[in-house]
Amino acid sequence: MSSEKDSSTDIFSPRYERQRLLPEVGEEGQKRLAKAKVLIVGVGGLGSPIAIYLAGAGVGTLGLIDDDIVSVSNLQRQVLYAESQVGKPKVDCARERLLGLNSDITVNTYRQKLQADNARELIAQYDIVVDGTDNAAVRYVISDVCVALGKTYVYGAICGFEGQVSVLCRGKATYRALYPEEQELKDARAAKAVIGVTPAIVGSVEAAQVLQLICGYGEPLIDKLWTIDLRTMQTFVIRV
Amino acid sequence: MTIQINNKATETKASNIAELATELGLPQKGVAIAVANTMVPREEWETTALEEGASVVIIKAAFGG
Repeated sequence: MSSEKDSSTDIFSPRYERQRLLPEVGEEGQKRLAKAKVLIVGVGGLGSPIAIYLAGAGVGTLGLIDDDIVSVSNLQRQVLYAESQVGKPKVDCARERLLGLNSDITVNTYRQKLQADNARELIAQYDIVVDGTDNAAVRYVISDVCVALGKTYVYGAICGFEGQVSVLCRGKATYRALYPEEQELKDARAAKAVIGVTPAIVGSVEAAQVLQLICGYGEPLIDKLWTIDLRTMQTFVIRV
Repeated sequence: MTIQINNKATETKASNIAELATELGLPQKGVAIAVANTMVPREEWETTALEEGASVVIIKAAFGG
C-alpha cells in the first residue's frame, strides 16, 4: 500500500525554522531533505526514533516496511506506538503518527517482510535505506541490494546496552565486510533483552547520519563503525 | 606483555590477534577485532602481530532493532 501524495514540503515553513538556522542545513539542506526518499526497514525500537526524527526534519518521502503488529511488550521502547494500538499493524499506526507530526511529507507503507524477492524493487524507489531490522539475514539482503543499485545503507543494530552504527555501501565497506560469516550468522536473531533507551540512542544516531548524508555536512560514518556501551559510556569509531 | 583491550590494561601471552582471540575465549564467529582503531579482517588475524601497548577493540556482533 502506498500514498501517492506529491511531497511539496514548504521548506520556508516555521516548522523547520530551528534547523534552517544551522549553516550546515540552511535553505539548501532543507530543499534536499524535501526531495529525499528514505526507506526504513523495520519500525520497532530503532525504527521509531528514526522515523519520528526524519519526519520531523521534513524528509519528503519515507517508506516504512514491517509485517508486525503492535504488542504491549513493544511499548517500553517503540515510541511510535500507544496502548490503544495494540494488535494493529505497525506500519499503519506509524504512518498515522508521522503524518500527525508532519502532514507535509509522504509516508509509503509496506506491510510485509523485506526479503530477497522484493528488496530490489522496493529499495530502487529510495535513495537511502535505514536499518531498523532485528536479524542478520535481512541485513545481508539490504547490503547486497544497496551495492547492486548504488544506494546508501545506514546500518544500525543493538544488543542489550550496546549498539553500533555505520554508513555502508557508500564507500568500500559493506555488511559482508563487517561480518563475513553469513552462513553462521544468517539465522542469528536478536536476544530479546534490551533496555528502552538503547534503541532510542542508536536509532537517533542513525537518523543523524541520514540527515547529514542528505544535507552533506560533517564527516558521516562512511567506512567507519561507531559503537557504544551504555553501561560504561565507552564509545569507539573504528575504520572498517 | 600489557596491551589495552577496550581501553583496559590487560596482560597477555598472545603474539598475534588469533592467539589473543583464543586466549580470551572469544566465539569463533560474530566478533570483530580492531587494532589501532582499524578493523583486522579475520583472514589477517594470524598474521597481525601484537606489540606491547597495542590498543585492541573487541566488537561483538549485534542483531537487535
